[in-house]
Amino acid sequence: MAEAVLKIFRGTSEGGATAEYRVPVAPGMVVLDALHHVQKHAAPDLAVRWNCKAGKCGSCSAEVNGRPRLTCKTRMDSLPQDQAITILPMKSFPVIKDLVTDVSWNYKVNKKIPPFTPRPGADWKFSQADIDRVQEFRKCIECFLCQNVCHVVRDHGKQEQFGGPRFFVRVAGLEMHPLDGLSRTKLLKDELGIGFCNITKCCTEVCPEGIHITDNAIIPLKERVVDDFYDPVLRLVRKIRGAGKAADH
Amino acid sequence: MASVGDARLADAPREAWWPQVLPVVLVLSAFGVYATFRAFEGAFYEWGPYLSPFYSPLIDAHHHYWPFSPALLILGGPLGFRVTCYYYRKAYYRAFFLDPPACSVAERPGRHYSGETKFPFILQNAHRYFLYLAVVFLAFLWHDAVRGFFFGDGMGVGVGSVVLLVNVILLTLYLFSCHSLRHLAGGKLDCFSCTTFGCPRHSTWRGLSVLNERHMLFAWLSLFSVGFADFYVRLVSSGAIRDPRLL
Ligand code: SF4
Ligand code: SF4
Ligand code: FES
Ligand code: FES
Repeated sequence: MAEAVLKIFRGTSEGGATAEYRVPVAPGMVVLDALHHVQKHAAPDLAVRWNCKAGKCGSCSAEVNGRPRLTCKTRMDSLPQDQAITILPMKSFPVIKDLVTDVSWNYKVNKKIPPFTPRPGADWKFSQADIDRVQEFRKCIECFLCQNVCHVVRDHGKQEQFGGPRFFVRVAGLEMHPLDGLSRTKLLKDELGIGFCNITKCCTEVCPEGIHITDNAIIPLKERVVDDFYDPVLRLVRKIRGAGKAADH
Repeated sequence: MASVGDARLADAPREAWWPQVLPVVLVLSAFGVYATFRAFEGAFYEWGPYLSPFYSPLIDAHHHYWPFSPALLILGGPLGFRVTCYYYRKAYYRAFFLDPPACSVAERPGRHYSGETKFPFILQNAHRYFLYLAVVFLAFLWHDAVRGFFFGDGMGVGVGSVVLLVNVILLTLYLFSCHSLRHLAGGKLDCFSCTTFGCPRHSTWRGLSVLNERHMLFAWLSLFSVGFADFYVRLVSSGAIRDPRLL
């Protein structure tokens, strides 16, 4: 049976290094299987977060050969077999142990977003055409691979000022919801720092659910922010309408 | 013991990012140099019924009011449209600013980054205004393309007529796949079925979304075609080649 060499990060936030393990490769095996093999036979204390092994729980994210991926969706035979396979924890989050990172920053960001708030008097019926866009965003499994790869977080450490692609997807799902009555454009501009995103699309490249994060969520949200804050003509139109309404009253 | 950051950096296999970045740098630079040369040249921009897209609309060709190349009067429109285009932004932020050079490839450390929150990049928010301007330019280019079939001796088809027509079709596809247009046409609505004209706006938005998925393709094809159309007109206008008549 063919054998693969895995170089797996072992350590905590204090420090660490990669250690090498040899694993027999069976047909159809994924990287998470190889990690389980290491856990079972060589390093029972290897920390790996996983849950479904079906690409649906979003727990098993790591960096395989330098690319952020779900280890349960990365087949061993898709990786070059003639060299060691490097498996590191996600770079943008603090390591707890080995491949397990502390992703709690994401939950903090999530709390900033006002939840679904129906329009007053909303008729609880809508057509499929109204909800198509939102359904794409609901596919998110919160693997945080997009948050991890985004250079605004990864290289520029803007965690405090920036929400990150996963939360732009969430806001897009709320903003484009036919029954939601809140506007979150100010939040996007001021607290989630959508302006820091320079639409370079790495989030889209790594999303295991194939969500078109940049084209369908971020850019449409940027356009909505322009509508509300940067378009002088629309601002004028709003002023005139506002004055008209005030006069009516 | 090495710190986690060090260990992760030392062990992370480096993705080869040059192959992704180099073609963009080369093509955009070559186009930039050629377009600048042609804009300043102020000559060889028309022949028979053909007008170079770099010079359309042709304003003050006889230099009554403007002593320099007429292209310089109009260049800002198409240039601004491309520079603020969401696709080109991605391309040049990656290729020229290395922000980032490729996904999960580390950027040069210690640089201040403000994305599109500060001057000058905050001006990218004006893209829709360049879109409005581009619609006007496109109307002129369609007029030129149709005129390209009317020779002194009547209607006909030259290679140049086809070049100008293909160019304007690709430019139309580029413009119709624009993100701002998609937003304007219907993307900005939250509820299609509860808005006046929501139905046609939904169909328009859906159609534009299909084109929008290919925006990158149209961005490159139309860049090549506009450069080639100008180059072709220059060749025939300078007498370097004769325009073969097909019909
Ligand atoms: S497109 Fe924006 S949000 Fe996505 S990775 Fe790039 S900078 Fe981050
Ligand atoms: S948007 Fe995609 S990459 Fe980001 S958290 Fe959701 S599923 Fe993961
Ligand atoms: S284990 Fe659930 S997504 Fe990989
Ligand atoms: S987004 Fe590219 S032209 Fe508008």
